[in-house]
Amino acid sequence: MSKSSIDIKPEVGHGSFKSYVTGFGLSLVLTLLAYILVVDGSRPANTIIAAIIVLAVMQLFVQLYFFLHLARESKPRWNLTALLFAALVVGIVVIGSLWIMRNLNYSHQHGNDRSPSDASRYIVEDELIKN
Amino acid sequence: MSNTAVQPVETAQSMEHDNDSKTIFGFWVYLMTDCVVFASLFATFAVLRTSTFGDPSGNELFSLPFVLVETLILLTSSFTCGLAMLAAHRKDQAKVIAWFGVTFLLGIAFLSLELTEFSHLAHEGNSWTRSGFLSAFFTLVGTHGLHITTGLLWMIVLLVQIAKRGLVTSTMRRLTMLSLFWHFLDIIWIFIFTIVYLVGAV
Repeated sequence: MSKSSIDIKPEVGHGSFKSYVTGFGLSLVLTLLAYILVVDGSRPANTIIAAIIVLAVMQLFVQLYFFLHLARESKPRWNLTALLFAALVVGIVVIGSLWIMRNLNYSHQHGNDRSPSDASRYIVEDELIKN
Repeated sequence: MSNTAVQPVETAQSMEHDNDSKTIFGFWVYLMTDCVVFASLFATFAVLRTSTFGDPSGNELFSLPFVLVETLILLTSSFTCGLAMLAAHRKDQAKVIAWFGVTFLLGIAFLSLELTEFSHLAHEGNSWTRSGFLSAFFTLVGTHGLHITTGLLWMIVLLVQIAKRGLVTSTMRRLTMLSLFWHFLDIIWIFIFTIVYLVGAV
């Protein structure tokens, strides 16, 4: 097998029966765990939200590892490089949007600060939106 | 003598292999850009999540057990898609068609559940025009559903090609890309399930 300098093997896609079963089992457990946490609802809301987001990210890694076999990619890891860059852009877009919108009074988070709810009342009045 | 005769064939094969690798890598890059599309829709949804102006929020609209069934169906289809790829690497054509057939049926089941949910919501007057929250919801989940539909059409075309030509280089390359696409859509769904449905119900 000759190796060219930009040899990107289609190793994403190769796997063993065992790796697919493990990935499937772990994904099932993580999904059901998140579901039970929410349905049970006995813990504080913020704890539940943080926990289910952590569970979703864990499942992301499980599927990248066991279904997409990202760890088994050969040396110049172009697939991983592209993924990391996408993750950076995704992070900027999502966190940036939330951060900016949180600072605008458009965000209707009824916290201790009165201004967001005031703002939503003004918006409702200004835009002639019927309740 | 025999070496020189074999050499060109080997080079041609490895060149073809390299080209396949590049095509698959190109498809992977497409998936990464699709990630960014979904990220912007997720960000929009997160911002508009509470913009209901007194209209029903996700908590009142969504049925969690229903969505859990959808999630498990899609997860299982991702798994059977993996089993189909294992069969493809063993060159077991009958199994490839069987497992992709199962994946296809699970995909159809998922899509019909999603459309049932959509039509139910629209029927009750909670369509995308009602609030910012519902606009963002239909855009995000609808875009995922559109991807699933595309994946199902692709699956039909590819199964016909495999039945006709067998597991040759070109169909193997397309199978690899389709399986990447399908696993990718399942990963996107994990986040829709978590951010849209579970966080909405907390």
